[in-house]
Amino acid sequence: MKRRVMTIVGVMLMTAGSLVGVAQQPPAGQAPGDFLPVSSLPAVEQLPAAPLMIGAYAVVWVVLLVYVWSIWRRMKKVEGELADLRSRLQSR
Amino acid sequence: MARAFTPLAVLAMLLFAIAPFYVASAPDEQTMGLIQRVFYYHVPSAMLLFLSAFVCGIGSAVFLFKRSAAADRVAVAAGELAVAFGLIVLITGPMWARKAWGVWWQWDARLTSSLLLWMMFVAYLLVRRYGGPGSEKLSAAMAIFGMANVPFVYVSVNFWRTIHPNTNVVMTLGSGMRGPFWFCAASFLLLYVLLLTLRRRLEEQRASVEQLYLALDD
Repeated sequence: MKRRVMTIVGVMLMTAGSLVGVAQQPPAGQAPGDFLPVSSLPAVEQLPAAPLMIGAYAVVWVVLLVYVWSIWRRMKKVEGELADLRSRLQSR
Repeated sequence: MARAFTPLAVLAMLLFAIAPFYVASAPDEQTMGLIQRVFYYHVPSAMLLFLSAFVCGIGSAVFLFKRSAAADRVAVAAGELAVAFGLIVLITGPMWARKAWGVWWQWDARLTSSLLLWMMFVAYLLVRRYGGPGSEKLSAAMAIFGMANVPFVYVSVNFWRTIHPNTNVVMTLGSGMRGPFWFCAASFLLLYVLLLTLRRRLEEQRASVEQLYLALDD
């Protein structure tokens, strides 16, 4: 009899404790670590795609233009040297 | 090639001017959306990185075994282009990844091996530039080693667990994406041939300068 009473009291205490715990939990979706769909993020926290895409295309153009410019610059220098050397050879 | 250079250069500029509009007409990818359009420049650049590595490696092999100076000049030109196109791949890729994966970089098989391949050709150029006498042969050996890495970089996405899309993507493109992709690939390839020709011409002129210096010393 005593054991039955103790069991019932134990179950009631555990139930009461669970109820208190559930009552203290934040609403669903707001506890740390909860998964949230990206569409529910405030707009300021979503990463915009357009600047990254435009930036990537700009990088391609910049790298290619810089490379073409560097070839042109080196070519000018070498052509100047060639012209100078040819004139020196001819004047010998 | 000399006579065709200017018209081909004009054609390349025209193709590059049209490409963004053609890319804009492609449909949005269903999971990645707008950022997936980086694919139309990123993948052709990667293809040209691999092509440059092969051209540099083959040119270097011909230089080493047949002592062909002309092959060496092509190898140098291709080595520089490997670095240029590799740089494009390694910058545009992370910009795409930041939006698609949420991170700029992952040390997975494809990204890491691509970075190493690019670094090998940077090392090739540094050895050519600062290595002193005999550096042509050493750098040629490095280029052959770099070329041998290309198949591993390509299949890395199929053999290792990686976040990078695998090699089936290009072959299974939807009809709306195939046209813009191959248009961009053709534009890049034409540009590549022109840049390779130009850079090889620069090496030829440098060789002429050396010969003239030797003639002056006589």
